[in-house]
This record gives sequence, C-alpha cells and structure tokens, in this order.
Amino acid sequence: MTERMFMQALGMGIAEEMRIDPKVFLMGEDVRASVYGAAAGLHDEFGDDRILNTPLSENGFFGAAVGAAAVGMRPVVETLTSFMWVGMDQLVSQAAKMRYMFGGQATLPVVYRAVMYYGGGSAAHHSDRSYPVFMNIGGLKVVTPGTAADAKGLMKTAIRDNDPVIMFEDGTLLPTRGEVPDDPDFTVPFGVANILREGTDVTVVAIAGSVPHAVAAADEMAAEGVSVEVLDPRTLVPLDKDAILNSVGKTGRLVVADPAAKVCSAASEIMSIVGEEAFWDLQAPMQKAASKQVHIPFSPSLEKLVYPTKYSIVESIKKTMG
Amino acid sequence: MTSNISKDVLMLMLERMWRIRHFELKLTEMYSAGEVGGVHLYIGEEAVAVGACAAMDDNDYIAGNHRSHGHPIAKGANLKKAMAEIFGRIDGYCKGKGGSMHLADFSVGILGESGIVGSSVPVATGAGLASKLEGKNFVSAVFFGDGASNQGACHEAMNLASVWNLPVLFICENNQYAVTTSYKDTVAVEHISDRAQAYNMPGVLVDGQDAIAMYEATAQAVERARNGEGPTLIEALTYRFEDHSLGLEKIRKSEYREDSEIDEWRMRDPLDLLTKSIVDSGTATQAECDAISAAAHAEVEEAADFARNSPFPDESELYKDMFASEMPVV
Repeated sequence: MTERMFMQALGMGIAEEMRIDPKVFLMGEDVRASVYGAAAGLHDEFGDDRILNTPLSENGFFGAAVGAAAVGMRPVVETLTSFMWVGMDQLVSQAAKMRYMFGGQATLPVVYRAVMYYGGGSAAHHSDRSYPVFMNIGGLKVVTPGTAADAKGLMKTAIRDNDPVIMFEDGTLLPTRGEVPDDPDFTVPFGVANILREGTDVTVVAIAGSVPHAVAAADEMAAEGVSVEVLDPRTLVPLDKDAILNSVGKTGRLVVADPAAKVCSAASEIMSIVGEEAFWDLQAPMQKAASKQVHIPFSPSLEKLVYPTKYSIVESIKKTMG
Repeated sequence: MTSNISKDVLMLMLERMWRIRHFELKLTEMYSAGEVGGVHLYIGEEAVAVGACAAMDDNDYIAGNHRSHGHPIAKGANLKKAMAEIFGRIDGYCKGKGGSMHLADFSVGILGESGIVGSSVPVATGAGLASKLEGKNFVSAVFFGDGASNQGACHEAMNLASVWNLPVLFICENNQYAVTTSYKDTVAVEHISDRAQAYNMPGVLVDGQDAIAMYEATAQAVERARNGEGPTLIEALTYRFEDHSLGLEKIRKSEYREDSEIDEWRMRDPLDLLTKSIVDSGTATQAECDAISAAAHAEVEEAADFARNSPFPDESELYKDMFASEMPVV
C-alpha cells in the first residue's frame, strides 16, 4: 500500500494492464503529452505504437476503437464527458448495440475514459456529469470510482472486461489521495458496492465526487449521535442492488448523493428501485441530494450552488430523521 | 471487354451476383405475399460488392450499411442464415435480433451492416487500425453510399485512415440518390472520388455496373493497403433499379427519377454485362452461365424454406447478448 493521488492510480492501472497485455493500447487527444494527467509517463514507457494521439474527431476515433476491439484489440480511449456528445453515434449505435444486434457475435473489450471536469469555473460546455445518460442506453458498463484505490482497481477490471466500459473519472477527485495497493493482481470487481462507513440510522448512497462529501457528512452527523452508513456503488451498470436494499433494510432511511443533474439521474434510478422493492422498509421519505437542474454557470457565486456538498447531504439526512 | 482475371474468379463473381439477385427477387415476392417487411434492395448494384469482395481474402474484413444483403452474400455469407435473419428467426445470423439491416457474419469477416448511415465507416477503419498495430496483413473495406459520404463520421474516418496510413478501402456505392435526393444536390464536388484529394489518398472512379472493373480497382487498392501504402477511396458509380425500400412508392408523394433514366440504367444490368464478357471472351458458354443462375435460384428457394421453418427466438433470448459477461437483469 502506498498513498497516491486518484489520478496517479488511474495511470497505474492502465500501465500495469499494458505491461501484461500487448493488445491494450491508449488513444485520445493529447494523450502523449498527458494534458489531463492520468496518462503521465505512458508515452515514454510504451512509445508511439501504443499511445496514439488522435485528431479532434470523436466520431472517427470512438468508432475506430469499436472496430479495433471487434477484431481482437483492447483499446482504451481517453476523452472528456463533454466531448462524448460529439461522438455519441459511435458510442450508442455501435459500441452499445453491436453485440446485441449481431446476436452475440461481436465482443467489444473497449474502455472509454471520460474525464468529468466540473466545479472549477469551466461553464456549461465543459462541466458534464453524464453517466445517467449512459445507464439508460444499455449495453455499456458504467463505472464511477470514488476513491484512489477503486480508481486503480476498477480501471484494471475495465481493461480486462470483454464489454464496452465507460470509466467516469471525476475531476474533483483527481487530486485526492488514498492508500492504493501496489500489487499488480489487485482489482476491484464490477457490481460490488463499497461500504465506506457502517451505520444504523440512515443510508447515504454516494456516487463519484459525492463520496468524500458523504463521508464528511457522516462524520458530522456522528458527532450529533446519528449513525450514517455510506455506500458507494462504484459501478452503476452493473449496480449492486442487493447491497443498497440490505443497507436500507437495516437503516430504514435513504439519501442519494449524486453530482449529476437531478432529473433522471443515477439517484432517480436508485430511489426508484428502493421505492419498488423496499418501500415497507422505509421510515421516512427518501431524499435526493443531486445537482440542481440547471446548466453549469461560469460565475463561482452561482456554480457553488449547483452540486451536492457535505452541507446539502447533512440537510438531506436531517430531513429523513424528521 | 478483356481481362486477366481467372475463370474461377469470373465464375465466382457471376455466382455471387446471381445469389444476391435471386435472393432479393425472392424477397420482393415474399414482400408482396406479406411474408417479410419493406427491405432495402441492392438490385442493380451487385457488381460493386461482388467485384470488391472477390478481390479480397477470406480473412479481410468488410462492413456495410442498411442496404445490407449484397455485401455479406458477396463476401460468402450463408443464404439460409441470411434469410432466416430477415424472417426474425433463431437460426438467423443474429438470432433474429438484427433483421434485414444488420446482417453480420464475423466468421467470414463481415463486421456487420449499420442502420445509421455513415456509422460503420469509423468501425471498419478501426479494424484497419488493428491490422496495422498488430503487424497483420489483412485489409478492411467499408461500403457506404453517396448519402453517407456527407456524414461527418465518413470524413473523420477517411482523415484518420490517411493520417495513420491504415489498410482501409473506402468504397462509395454512389447509387445517386439518398432516398429521393440526388447526390447532385448534396455533394459539392463533381465526383465523390474527388474528395480523396482532401485526405491525401488516391480517389478512383469506377463503373459500378462492371464487376471486372470493380475487381481490378479493388485489387489495386488491396495491394496498396497490404504494402503499407494506406487507404484508397473508390467511387463506384451505380444505380439502384428499385425504390429506396420496398413499399416506399406507396408512401412518397412525388416521383424523383425519370422513367427514361431508370430504363437507361436497366440497360446496363451488371449481370448481363458480366455474362456477356464471360461468353464473348470464350471463358464459359451461355449454358454454363445459365446453370449458375439456376443453381443460385434453387439455393435461394431452399433458403426461403429454411427460414420459414426456423422457429422464432424464445423469450429466454430477450436479454441474451446485451453483454459478454453475466449481468443481472435490471
């Protein structure tokens, strides 16, 4: 175990898998210079043939990754959530649907790494938290690591996985630090939630950048005598439904903290599952601590109002406590 | 017409073109009888896919589009599985989950047909990327129409293939109409092949009714690709003899092609042209050519019976193939 930055952990995961499997390669815009950070050092180690700078052509290279994967390669594509819209047809019509449409003939081991910048005054075009859109499409695995260790372990699992995976790398977490196993055999399975705090009064399901806020909220509530369980699903497709239902069965109260905009968010889906399957376990109305349903404003005075924070999560917890 | 193409290749091309023609004539008949829906016919364009695929090897890849029966049959697909797919049956290529627009047979290098126009062009480019990255010798070809040539994905993929010098063949089947709109109203250059200049790759304009010309142009592009000289854009000028899709004439409110134009192109039926050059060159007799047509016809009849008798997919198939790994049903 070594303490590392979330961003370094992502890069470690990629590098380790590239050492193991020659079919893995990385492509994206400015990856050789690692403008977004996680690919630092990869070009030096793996060279031009495995670290490919692409033109600004998301439809072109998102689709090329599908084709390369269809004939046996394992591409890792770096992009930003905000640029995914440009290449949506390839993600939806090809990556997501090809296997089903062709009756299982296509196997597509491709990872799209979507760096999710928000909260830093980047305005509406560069602040998307778009994972709920991809949960709705089907055929894509949706991964949202919340800690540095998960960043590495889920990246490795994503690269080894035989389905298209989108790794949503939360920009607010990139500089955070945590203990990361050095063991190259360390992986984190998909579909298994991580309980960060055990508790008995309220369950907070926290997604991506909300995870540290939820943990801080749990600590604050503990001082007030409220025992909060913090659960990070880590992957939204597949979703560890059982872990969520078990936790709510124990606490009887649910808050979902989700940096995505609140309408049809990951939080909406999780609350709908609990409503359908565990309604009689609930002792209070569920609370959604998601982002407000607005485009991201540039001005810091407005932007800070949008996302869930420790305070909004605490407020939601208090509402469930009556 | 003379050529150095072997008799085997010429007769294979004739056989595959007849398979496509009879396959689609049968579909037309079955559409009228209410057995299948409004599919997109390739009749008139057979020489394009067949000439191109005959110049490729079995381990080369192709991808195609919504007008999707010709390319797989040209590459050697099984007629029974193709027909069963169009019937939505379990024995179809995609177990009935793809249908007419999405035939695919990965075992013979058919990476599938795309219902979104232009969408398969980047995918085929990626197969070419894999060939280059792994130091393999296979090439990847994509068939797309004049309509698709205006899609951003198509331009992006051609630029990418050229920048990375990939073994990709961009084969534009210019049948001159995107549904009802003439390419002359939507393409800013005289020939789609002229666009190759912008991507620094050769652009070749070929008579798409002439299977031999298609074969020769493709063989050259394949050789370039295998030698590491990069992609080629081939524009096959052709014509679909039928409407955009079966049944469209009942929906659209006006005509978009002159009868005289249709008649003129029908005079250049690719099957007649190939048969004539085979017979005129003494490669084979008319009787041998007729026998190939009759055999293809019998094969199609057998495929239709096979499709009719194949069961529909069971309910247990519904969630299968969403993912390669086991996933919980949501």
